[in-house]
Amino acid sequence: MPVVDGALIGRIFRDEYGRSVATLIRIFGDIDLAEDAVQEAFALALRKWPVGGVPPNPGGWITTTARNRAIDHLRRESRGRELQGQRVVEPPDDPAREEVEPVQDDRLRLIFTCCHPALATEAQIALTLRLLGGLTTAEVAHAFLVAEPTMAKRLVRAKHKIKAAHIPYRVPSDAELPERLRPVLAVLYLTYNAGTSGPSGDGLRREAIRLARAMASLMPDEAEVAGLLALLLLTESRSAARFAADGSIVLLRDQDRGAWDRTMIEEGRAIVRACLRRNNPGPYQIQAAINAVHADAASVEATDWGQILALYDQLLAVSPTPVVALNRAIALGEVRGPNAALALLGNLDLDDYHLFHAVKADLLRRLGRPADAARAYARAAGLAPSDAERAFLFGQLDDLGPTASERSEAPGS
Amino acid sequence: MARYLLSVHSVDGEAREPMTDVQMQHSWQEIQALEAEMKSSGSWVFSGRLHDADTATVVRVSGDEVVTTDGPFVEAKEHLGGFYIIEAADLDAALAWASKVTRVISAPIEVWPFADTAGG
Repeated sequence: MPVVDGALIGRIFRDEYGRSVATLIRIFGDIDLAEDAVQEAFALALRKWPVGGVPPNPGGWITTTARNRAIDHLRRESRGRELQGQRVVEPPDDPAREEVEPVQDDRLRLIFTCCHPALATEAQIALTLRLLGGLTTAEVAHAFLVAEPTMAKRLVRAKHKIKAAHIPYRVPSDAELPERLRPVLAVLYLTYNAGTSGPSGDGLRREAIRLARAMASLMPDEAEVAGLLALLLLTESRSAARFAADGSIVLLRDQDRGAWDRTMIEEGRAIVRACLRRNNPGPYQIQAAINAVHADAASVEATDWGQILALYDQLLAVSPTPVVALNRAIALGEVRGPNAALALLGNLDLDDYHLFHAVKADLLRRLGRPADAARAYARAAGLAPSDAERAFLFGQLDDLGPTASERSEAPGS
Repeated sequence: MARYLLSVHSVDGEAREPMTDVQMQHSWQEIQALEAEMKSSGSWVFSGRLHDADTATVVRVSGDEVVTTDGPFVEAKEHLGGFYIIEAADLDAALAWASKVTRVISAPIEVWPFADTAGG
């Protein structure tokens, strides 16, 4: 029998919090009531389980306990009378029924409400992490480098809008789905990306993958959901190799491929293969396929750049953004040489994007133009969003040698 | 059911391409058809088109006096040009009507929930 401690209950909390909150919101139609009740149920679990053991279905126990708490609240508080008058669904007579019959779609309903296009992206992300991930307001604030009161205000405002404007609590119809799925996938992708640089990175990346996995199992017919999960897994497989022991960034081409997580690669690759068979490509599936090609290569030299370039051509066709064009230019540089890639960069409107200048610098270095490369590295470092990236770019600048940096500082050079 | 205001904003001095009589006729017909659809579905509560902002008048209390001035209240580039008040099951249903209106009139629409209906 496992030891019932804070860590075990914490694991159950992460697995079950979103499901319980989602079910209670469906039953009571009130987000705050659902959150409070589920938190109380976990507080009770922390007291009871270490003594009496974990119940056989901990999630069901939490949901049932939270539901009873919520009913108590509604009966006790004067606010309860108002709510009962407004509620769409009456509290059930038998609160234990739900435990045996969980409605699997509750989390789906909730994520579509959290990521409703009538809410700002930052509010969508905050709500998703708060309500489905069970992160505290302080944790969400910390992850996005925002002061806690600011984040609290953002969450209150978003929840108020859901209620006041009657943002529905349901899974969109098939006709609406493509448009409504886009912000949901973007929220998970942005959450993962925030985890690649921010202070609470590991937790955010884990949460994004966990939610993507839940979405993929709840919407097995949506190829892009599977594609996103594969993309996150294949990216995550390299996380241990992405930083050196001193915390500095290691580029894909210099990474120790032995440190890549083979289990994640296998899972990601299997999803990519299944996506290919479906033949209904979209931006996430194509990006996953690109990452799968990298994962297949034993070394940077062995990488099938021709295939990667073909995938970027496909990606650029479905999502013609300057950032995609920049990545395609990198692949082109590997296939046809740095000159061809450099020629493409001139057309891109990315002057404020640090990676644009980093890519340009690398191409100029390979073309034997160290002074120009130094200028581009300096510009990239000036725009870099994190200390690690800035340090990396200054390192690249130093590697060019002293003459290059001096010359780059001379006017008109 | 919830109630929403769909407000249509017109930008002062924004000279639109002058419409031909045929275009005007076509646009008018489209608006009529859409309003008929709103009414037959039971969504339409009220609607109206407003004169330009320089026809508005502001009335306000200053001390003990009520002062009347040439309007509008907020000097801005954009002003309320017209509105619909509709009943809808939820925001998605209201947004669906707003999408139809904006397609017909080619101007952005703001969707505001009323505070005095259930759940507001």
